[in-house]
Amino acid sequence: MSFPLLTATAALPALGAVATAAVPAAQRVAAKWLALLVSLGTLALAAVTLVRFDPDGARYQLTESHPWIADFGVRYELGVDGIGVALIALTALLIPFIILAGWHDADPQETGSSRWRPTQGFFALILAVEAMVIISFEATDVFLFYIFFEAMLIPMYFLIGGFGDRAHGAYRSATSTAEGDAAAATQRSYAAVKFLLYNLVGGLIMLAAVIGLYVVAGNFSLQEIVQARANGSLHMATSTERWLFLGFFFAFAVKAPLWPLHTWLPNAMGEATAPVAVLITAVVDKVGTFAMLRFCLQLFPEASKWATPAILVLALISIVYGALLAVGQRDIKRLVAYASISHFGFIIMGIFAMTSQGQSGATLYMVNHGISTAALMLVAGFLISRRGSRLIADYGGVQKVAPVLAGTFLIGGLATLSLPGLAPFVSEFLVLVGTFTRYPVVGIIATFGIVLAALYTLVLYQRTMTGPVKAEVAEMPDLRVRELLVVAPLIALLIFLGVYPKPVTDIVNPAVKQTMSDVHKTDPKPEVEAAK
Amino acid sequence: MENLIALLIAAPLLGAAVLLCGGRRLDAVGHWIGTALASASFVMGVVLFADMLGKSPDDRTISQHLFSWIPVAGFQADASFQLDQLSMTFVLLISGVGSLIHLYSVGYMEHDERRRRFFGYLNLFLAAMLLLVLADNYLLLYVGWEGVGLASYLLIGFWQHKPSAATAAKKAFLVNRVGDMGLSIAIMLMFTTFGTFAFGPVLGTHEEAGLTQGASEGKLTAIALMLLLAACGKSAQVPLQSWLGDAMEGPTPVSALIHAATMVTAGVYLIVRSGAIFNAAPDAQLVVTVVGAVTLLFGAIVGCAKDDIKKALAGSTMSQIGYMVLAAGLGPIGYVWAIMHLVTHGFFKAGLFLGAGSVMHGMNDEVDMRKFGGLRKYMPITFVTFGLGYLAIIGFPGLSGFFSKDKIIEAAFAKGGTEGWILGGAALLGAAITAYYMTRVMLMTFFGEKRWQPDADGHEPHPHESPRSMTIPMIVLAFGSVFAGGLFSIGDRFLHWLEPVTGHSEGDSPVSALTVTLATMVLLVVGAGIAYAQYGRRPVPVVAPRGSLATRAARRDLYQDDFNHVVLVRGGEHLTRSLVYVDHTLVDGVVNGTAASVGGLSGRLRRLQNGYARSYAVSMFGGAAVLIAATLLMRAV
Repeated sequence: MSFPLLTATAALPALGAVATAAVPAAQRVAAKWLALLVSLGTLALAAVTLVRFDPDGARYQLTESHPWIADFGVRYELGVDGIGVALIALTALLIPFIILAGWHDADPQETGSSRWRPTQGFFALILAVEAMVIISFEATDVFLFYIFFEAMLIPMYFLIGGFGDRAHGAYRSATSTAEGDAAAATQRSYAAVKFLLYNLVGGLIMLAAVIGLYVVAGNFSLQEIVQARANGSLHMATSTERWLFLGFFFAFAVKAPLWPLHTWLPNAMGEATAPVAVLITAVVDKVGTFAMLRFCLQLFPEASKWATPAILVLALISIVYGALLAVGQRDIKRLVAYASISHFGFIIMGIFAMTSQGQSGATLYMVNHGISTAALMLVAGFLISRRGSRLIADYGGVQKVAPVLAGTFLIGGLATLSLPGLAPFVSEFLVLVGTFTRYPVVGIIATFGIVLAALYTLVLYQRTMTGPVKAEVAEMPDLRVRELLVVAPLIALLIFLGVYPKPVTDIVNPAVKQTMSDVHKTDPKPEVEAAK
Repeated sequence: MENLIALLIAAPLLGAAVLLCGGRRLDAVGHWIGTALASASFVMGVVLFADMLGKSPDDRTISQHLFSWIPVAGFQADASFQLDQLSMTFVLLISGVGSLIHLYSVGYMEHDERRRRFFGYLNLFLAAMLLLVLADNYLLLYVGWEGVGLASYLLIGFWQHKPSAATAAKKAFLVNRVGDMGLSIAIMLMFTTFGTFAFGPVLGTHEEAGLTQGASEGKLTAIALMLLLAACGKSAQVPLQSWLGDAMEGPTPVSALIHAATMVTAGVYLIVRSGAIFNAAPDAQLVVTVVGAVTLLFGAIVGCAKDDIKKALAGSTMSQIGYMVLAAGLGPIGYVWAIMHLVTHGFFKAGLFLGAGSVMHGMNDEVDMRKFGGLRKYMPITFVTFGLGYLAIIGFPGLSGFFSKDKIIEAAFAKGGTEGWILGGAALLGAAITAYYMTRVMLMTFFGEKRWQPDADGHEPHPHESPRSMTIPMIVLAFGSVFAGGLFSIGDRFLHWLEPVTGHSEGDSPVSALTVTLATMVLLVVGAGIAYAQYGRRPVPVVAPRGSLATRAARRDLYQDDFNHVVLVRGGEHLTRSLVYVDHTLVDGVVNGTAASVGGLSGRLRRLQNGYARSYAVSMFGGAAVLIAATLLMRAV
């Protein structure tokens, strides 16, 4: 038996989480280093996975399969296609930066009280999330996927609720620090509970659908069910398929999130620390869009096509609505959250446009959005930690005192508005063109998103970075070495993947081709060629 | 030889990377690195030009394939370049004028502590602009297109501590984004129609007609109109012209290079490049000519009323590009003249802006022409070079502008019918107004009594001639302003040079060329004469008089900004504000409420927010686990 590479990639951060949590209270710094090393090790394993994966080989590779709950046909079944491998690479890549960026986020505020070990907990929870996300990308057993899809809510809940960003600018009414802290804690726990509730409700509905699927199909194996449906040995009534599809889709649409199920995201991203916000939007939420591609489209191709018009409309609303809401935000982190909602609209639109360009673009979009949001949000976090406020109005003229910080913030912003030459442009254009070939009107309306993206990004930059230097930011230090170490590689990646995205598209394209044939769709032919 | 194309772009790109990432230690030499790399680009351009001249006119296109950029099933975008006579013309203009302006900036930005960064941005601009004209497909062109937009954004807002500069930069980018939307949609339309957006297959070559031949006129009209929208944004044509005046917040060399000579003409390049599409879409062409004619008058009228020397010149730029767009809309009869005017305009307008910069340099950065006056005695070189640019732009016989503008007016009449009369009439009228506002600028700046006063800090300006690094570029550009048009026109050289790419047809004008020339001359004298009567014979008041209704309207850019402000800015603010409210109360409330009532949880929800969160979550999770277990058990039994 060959080395179980996929299991190892998920198990390493899981074990790392346990180990980090077990580090004695006095050894906080050791816990950080341990977590960082584990995340780098995971990155190395993900890199090996990427190298071992053959884009032109079988659909699922590096597969592992063991009986788990034999009575119910639940198997421990792993395998990756091009889409999964790309997202595992993204996850493993981002976690070290998240850890490094959050290096001081969980330092105890006052020395002494040490029964509760926040530092150890913070980093252990991040690694736990990483493990569960990675295994979600690997699972080809529906039940196995469901378990981890749900389980990742627990560490996320504690990360959001337990660790605020100590920026209480939003609670100006508070007359004292203590009062501000109390107000922040209330907001935080509200955000955490909202996150949990939304996702739990989604999860419960999905659970019903998972059980329903089992009742119909008799097992949980993605590949077996898809095969059985393809060769006709498994018949599913139209209405059954639609109900099951909706059950799955609902959970993924909460996680992604799709309008109107999005309102938990701004709360969660606003209240969590910046690195945790990145973890939510760049990593965890990707499981939702990934699962749409893998489970909704493959298991329920007909129902997916049936629901396409409605989903496209919701995606379109997300794009425009998210962008407009971002324009109206006064809080930097909530602005980024609404921008993400707009971007998730693009991803979902690309998936359900059912064209090669749309789906390749959507997959690429997941990767690029992960990197660009990380760049923008982490720099925003560095900025917020310096001034102790999330309010845009509290800043001004920062470029004069911290030009490197301002420059990197601008590049993150330009990536967010999909400037050509940076990675997100490639994916956004592919999604747009892939949608346009089948749904021209939808494509054109979505194009308005690019104007709005420029608006919210440049307004944010203008208000925080330009103009006369505000007294409160006059002493602001520029980026430190640790912070540069976080930002510089992300920016380099944004440029590299903008100029040369071929390494990613080469991996993704074959998987998209498979998905397209699952749903029995072919790309529309060019008109001139068709006329000949 | 092909490999030189990529190097041409790579040189300034390298400069931008080195200068922007290099840090303070490059402060002392940064400007020379930037200037050297810009000049390197120009030298390579000259080498390629010499090589091209050695080939037969129909065999001059060379291309270079670098790598496959975005390969996705059915979709192919390459990083590859195409150099033909049209792009060659631009390469020489961009890198030539670009190098001169780099040199000028060495002196102009001498006292700016961020000079290194300025040169980094200038290099970035050159690289993006060269990419724009060398790309062999529309998507790669788009990269250059937004790249120059970014450079323009960074340079307009170079003095970002000034809120007005930051606002102007943002406005320029946003208005351009509206245009970019047009380019996006055009590319998407091309992809659905032709399956590709590379120049060769879509537009065709000498040997082979392009795919445009097979497409319906409706589709081509749609593509052409979207390309026009893009051109309007980049080239500041009505209705997307409002950003150009504000863009004058940027340092003057930027106004000269980006907002006069090169970037703003990219829209003309786009239309001429896409000639095969426009030729097959006459309705779109008509719209193009109308946009051009309206803008050439709009810009000219605005230019008449501005007291800020740079804003007056900006109005003029808008107007002159209007001429080019008008010519480009006329089809093969006008393409060559559009580009010829673009090149001559590149010389004289860059020269005029550099002259304006030189004046400001000597006048404590004053831009109000009412506070100039009599400067010819203090800055003789600036006066002479500016004067030659002035004569060129108004179309003084024998100078560059005379040849190129005259051809456009002729071509407009040759469109025939009522349209021809209207377009030709507008172009003639524009010539008269041009003579008026340029004479006004000339008189207010260099003639009359000196009107300058001490500034707020009590510093009396001491007007002086600028250093050599600034005057040399001005002198070189003045030579271009004087001779370029003549050189191009002797033996129809420019026509023969571009014809293989753009095609050319002679129209049938209802008025003879001589009549057009004579009419232009008469109008030129009238325009200049009125200006002289108003600003030459009488002293210029230091404080602007209230002015007529028309003057006040022109000062406010014919109220377009006010319209934008009320409708778009205010309207947008209301929209977003109400949406924020809706999202917070309605969407959030409805979803929460639905969930709560479905589960009968409203009571618990309230408690939740009071701190029972954790226990609630745990119990819910426990519930889920029990549910799973129960279901599995039931199946097992």
